[in-house]
Amino acid sequence: MAADIYDTPEHELFRQTVRKFVQEELAPRAREFDQMGRIDKRLYRKMGELGLLGLRYDPKWGGSGLDWSYTAVMFEEIAHCDNAGVAMGITVQTDMATPSLHQFGSDELRARYLMPAVKGEMVAAIAVTEPDAGSDVASIKTRAVRDGDDWVINGSKIYITNAATADWLCLLAVNDPEAGYGGFSQIVVPTDSPGFSYQLLDKIGNWGSDTGLLFFEDVRVPVTNTIGDIGRGFQQQMMQFQDERLIACISTSAGSKALWEETRRYCEERIVFKKPLSKMQVTQFKLVEMLTEITAARELTHHCIRKRIRNEDATMEISMAKLFCGRMARYVADECIQLHGGFGYMKESKAGRAFVDTRLISIGGGADEVMIHYMAKMLGF
Amino acid sequence: MKILATVKRVPDPETSIKVKPDGSGIVTDNVKWVINPFDEIAIEEALRIKEKVAGSEVVLVSIGGNAAPNDVKEQLRTGLAMGADGAILVVTDAALEPLVVARALAKLVETEKPDLVVMGKQAIDDDSNAAGQMLAELLGWPQATFASKVELSGDQKSATVIREVDGGLETLRFPLPGIVTADLRLNEPRYASLPGIMKARKKELKEIPIGDLEKAGLDVSGRTQLVKMEPPPKRQAGKLVESVDQLVELLHTEAKVI
Ligand SMILES: Cc1cc2nc3c(=O)[nH]c(=O)nc-3n(C[C@H](O)[C@H](O)[C@H](O)COP(=O)(O)OP(=O)(O)OC[C@H]3O[C@@H](n4cnc5c(N)ncnc54)[C@H](O)[C@@H]3O)c2cc1C
Repeated sequence: MAADIYDTPEHELFRQTVRKFVQEELAPRAREFDQMGRIDKRLYRKMGELGLLGLRYDPKWGGSGLDWSYTAVMFEEIAHCDNAGVAMGITVQTDMATPSLHQFGSDELRARYLMPAVKGEMVAAIAVTEPDAGSDVASIKTRAVRDGDDWVINGSKIYITNAATADWLCLLAVNDPEAGYGGFSQIVVPTDSPGFSYQLLDKIGNWGSDTGLLFFEDVRVPVTNTIGDIGRGFQQQMMQFQDERLIACISTSAGSKALWEETRRYCEERIVFKKPLSKMQVTQFKLVEMLTEITAARELTHHCIRKRIRNEDATMEISMAKLFCGRMARYVADECIQLHGGFGYMKESKAGRAFVDTRLISIGGGADEVMIHYMAKMLGF
Repeated sequence: MKILATVKRVPDPETSIKVKPDGSGIVTDNVKWVINPFDEIAIEEALRIKEKVAGSEVVLVSIGGNAAPNDVKEQLRTGLAMGADGAILVVTDAALEPLVVARALAKLVETEKPDLVVMGKQAIDDDSNAAGQMLAELLGWPQATFASKVELSGDQKSATVIREVDGGLETLRFPLPGIVTADLRLNEPRYASLPGIMKARKKELKEIPIGDLEKAGLDVSGRTQLVKMEPPPKRQAGKLVESVDQLVELLHTEAKVI
């Protein structure tokens, strides 16, 4: 085990705290959250009290000022909550919708929206993808037109996580269609703004997450709700994506490991042709090959975390890790279903749920092909 | 006011315990260690009193090892992260019987001069349920064991404790200083929050070699001896019966319970 990134007694205590929270508050209610189609929003307050929602943020805004090693501990443990949708909702709150606000927001904006999010009093969502633009973020159409001291926003966003639970959105909109990459802005939009509405979407997996289609009809917010400079939204959003991808890698490698362990136990107990499934050499090959991939994914992820702890740019490595972890998780889920037989195909089986849940990793937060596309560019092809 | 809360390191109740083949104890490899659950409740109660009574201080005390594989500092750090102000570890690798533990605690009480000692009603490893009572006797202090509710008087000179006894509740009031041992329903212990974990880094964890207490008169000789440890008999496979008559028959002839 590569304990070097988190081997202090504080990391261990923190792991116990998150584990206890996961075991007592999240895992026992995992199927209830599936039925609700979302996490119980009150749990964010509890997470806020425990200090889980602002690990790397400045203590000035309620955070703990720690490094990525604590984020790694947290999401390795959250991965055991038995509900990928819930884990995704939490990731959006801590590392997808709030990093730009923390890094670039005005003090007033951070006091109003970041601090309550760190305390768990407000839930945040990140609204970038649109019906006609996903991978190609620069093609989004949602417009923010200035009217005096207000933005007037029109457009729509799709596949947005935390659609129903969110109190505010980190919205990416076009403020100047003529300005190319300098024509986008990130704007905080409270979800109780007149003209905002949403509709929930029905997904094949991640049932514990409220994914929605958002509508903006003449939604007015003050121009002071702009995160950072007007026109810098695209660049800021690209940075925000990096954090999200690395967390996807942490969660995925820990989640696949947990599924592997469950599958190993199952194979040791399941008797076929008068002996445990694990005694078939073909099963042993599968289990060993899977563990090799999982370990490689985990170590590549830790390599990225080490670079981020040293504050080095890790765009290339995180893109590789995201690509690798997504494929690894799909392969592991598929093999684990196979080893579980008919039971694996049931919704109640972890393998079955992982099969539909992990499919998302290769699409969300930048599809596999998009990762490859950017890496090819970085390599100068 | 000053409160001492006792901490014992025990195997996690969730781990499956194996007895060593020679019966001299349990196998400790790969065992996860935690704070004795009743001690966790005791710490929580001490912290709640501290939060109500301004200027209070909670000091954790434990007796045990200070290095792997028996490093009680891990559990003390958890207690500090929950919110205790300081911790004292009496360092020894010997497994002590309740009377010796009570004597060592009595020595610490002499120097720390607490107004209240809160302990778990028993440790879940050997289930002796004795140290609290023995400590009270050694100190000549009042005791309320198996507490399910603890309340201090406004002047903090006395405590009222509700105990769950067979068939009802018993309410005791006694002057402080005194001893309280915690039962399961006293409270629900908090988690160590991240800010609590970070603050605990700066808190003092004092180590006292047990020899120091011996020089001050502590008698570490015991009166009991562990003769042998045996696992409980393996449960036998269940049997499906065809009818109620057959069940009654088997309960009579095989299980011999009716
Ligand atoms: C459950 C879920 C939750 C989500 N949550 C959020 C959220 O909270 N906020 C948010 O803004 N978005 C969210 N998304 C949207 C997600 O980020 C997008 O779906 C993703 O970026 C892909 O965009 P798209 O769906 O428009 O696919 P498209 O852009 O239409 O791409 C379709 C496919 O084309 C291929 N492709 C794309 N580009 C290239 C290329 N350059 N070269 C070769 N092939 C390519 C890929 O295979 C890709 O999968 C979520 C999506 C899902 C499913």
